[in-house]
Amino acid sequence: MWKWIHKFGSPRPFYEVSEYCLPWLSGMAFVTIVVGSIWGLLFAPGDYQQGDTVRIMYMHVPASILAQSSYMMMATAAAIFLIWRIKLADVAVQAMAPIGASITFLALITGSIWGKPMWGTWWVWDARLTSTLVLFFLFVGIMALRSAMENRESAGRATAILAVIGVINLPIIKFSVDWWNTLHQPASFTLTEKPAMPAEMWLPLLVMVIGFYLFFFTVLIMRMQAEILSREYRSEWVSERVKREAFG
Amino acid sequence: MQFESLAEFVQMGGYGAFVFSVYIISAVVLIGNVILPLQQKRRFFADQVGRQKREEREERVQS
Repeated sequence: MWKWIHKFGSPRPFYEVSEYCLPWLSGMAFVTIVVGSIWGLLFAPGDYQQGDTVRIMYMHVPASILAQSSYMMMATAAAIFLIWRIKLADVAVQAMAPIGASITFLALITGSIWGKPMWGTWWVWDARLTSTLVLFFLFVGIMALRSAMENRESAGRATAILAVIGVINLPIIKFSVDWWNTLHQPASFTLTEKPAMPAEMWLPLLVMVIGFYLFFFTVLIMRMQAEILSREYRSEWVSERVKREAFG
Repeated sequence: MQFESLAEFVQMGGYGAFVFSVYIISAVVLIGNVILPLQQKRRFFADQVGRQKREEREERVQS
């Protein structure tokens, strides 16, 4: 087990295995997101109260779920880096921060565009929205902190510590709809209960959620590969690759 | 299919601007996430190929 972790926890084997997985992963991500979008836009029924604005859900809900769980994954990678000093975990933290920031931004903006016709306002300073905005600033803060520090080792540790501390925000987002009064509806999609909507709606939603996860891992691997190359540019296997790139 | 005609689809029951702006913004964010690492990788290889060639040239001059 430990041997296995050490093998795939070092950059080169990870790079080689990920290179093999990437076409499959990206292909599946592309297909599920295209199928889910067409399903949600054209074939899913409108809501009896919200009409066709409910189609915003097929982007907003997957983005929001992924925003939170990508933070959880980033914090887990950060903890792994702090405890076991696995360099690949630091690469993962660095790669996940901008992806998480962009997905959280997407969750906020799509929610805002949904809020205008349904709530009559683009934004309210309630617990759910504010804590999601804090999540966005956490991702951005982690990116800024890393780029502000010269030394890679200490930058990695500082960002990892910030990422782990920021986990406190996640239960606040999750339970904000139960703890405080809010315009935002509670989760209608959980792992443990039957969804509160018909299958014609939750099926395409499920497809989109899966598609967003596949997408996340696809772009995560792409970013990690690029980062590994630039960190290891002096090593033998990277210059081999550069030669192959140059002379075919 | 939930819509009778293309016009009805574009209208989205009067909410077309909201629904389609969400899908367009989402597409931009997702595609951006794919393009950025691709560019980073391409730039890395371009830089490194340049560096290797330069070093080879310098070695030849010295010898």
